[in-house]
Amino acid sequence: MTGLRESLLNQIRAVEFATLELNLFLNSHPDNQHALRDYNNHVRQLMALKNEYERNFGPLINFGFGYSRCPWQWINDPWPWEYDSGRGY
Amino acid sequence: MWLYEKKLQYPVRIKKPNPQMAMYILSQFGGPDGELAASLRYLSQRHHMPIPEAKAMLNDIGTEELAHFEMIGAMVHQLMKNASLEQIKAAGAGTWYTDHDRATWPGTGTGVPFTASYIMSKGDPIADLYEDLAAEQKARATYEHLIDLADDPDVIDPLRWLREREVVHFQRFGEILMKLQEHRDRKHVF
Ligand SMILES: [Fe+2]
Repeated sequence: MTGLRESLLNQIRAVEFATLELNLFLNSHPDNQHALRDYNNHVRQLMALKNEYERNFGPLINFGFGYSRCPWQWINDPWPWEYDSGRGY
Repeated sequence: MWLYEKKLQYPVRIKKPNPQMAMYILSQFGGPDGELAASLRYLSQRHHMPIPEAKAMLNDIGTEELAHFEMIGAMVHQLMKNASLEQIKAAGAGTWYTDHDRATWPGTGTGVPFTASYIMSKGDPIADLYEDLAAEQKARATYEHLIDLADDPDVIDPLRWLREREVVHFQRFGEILMKLQEHRDRKHVF
């Protein structure tokens, strides 16, 4: 499970890095159609990955932007700042 | 409104405690050219930006800086968490331990607290963008100093990634400055 979680988070990081970069670029180049197409394609990938993460591990984003099973999954460890070389994530 | 995404923007996985490096890196948490200062600077200035591109850019880069603040906090935490008292004393971090134990706190490793006097929000969009460009360069230089001081690849890797972000932000702010100048030249003739 830890392996799947970390692997999904890494994929989300990679795709979200692209959407963030394209978002910033589009802020100063709002007419760039190539960047916009690229942005929308990456959004589709990001949504799919985020849904897969949530099906397995509960909400990735708080305040209603992800479903939870019982018991409430949002409080599950580990939190992003926690890393213990002995325990892994 | 902000939402929290339960992940770091870029991974931080430090295996070896190093209180001395933690003291150095704290400057990017609550120091003069740190990530908290960056975020608060842009999120304050966004209110008086006159064009949509500038509002969006300050809003979004101000938001990304908070994710960097989080990464720096994680680095300090992981460098301090399992440090022994001997390591803390040998690193000269005993004064930190006195006030904070192994906690993360927004100030420099020498105990100077974060202050809003690190940032400016002038109300003049062009003056403010020049400040932002300088801020990104100072943050880049700070990361280079930290990389010079570091020897652990687990520490160097996220520092290099964060340095690169300052270069990108500088580029984006440069584009916004040009748009603000065009906007000024369209609107006013002095
Ligand atoms: Fe930045």
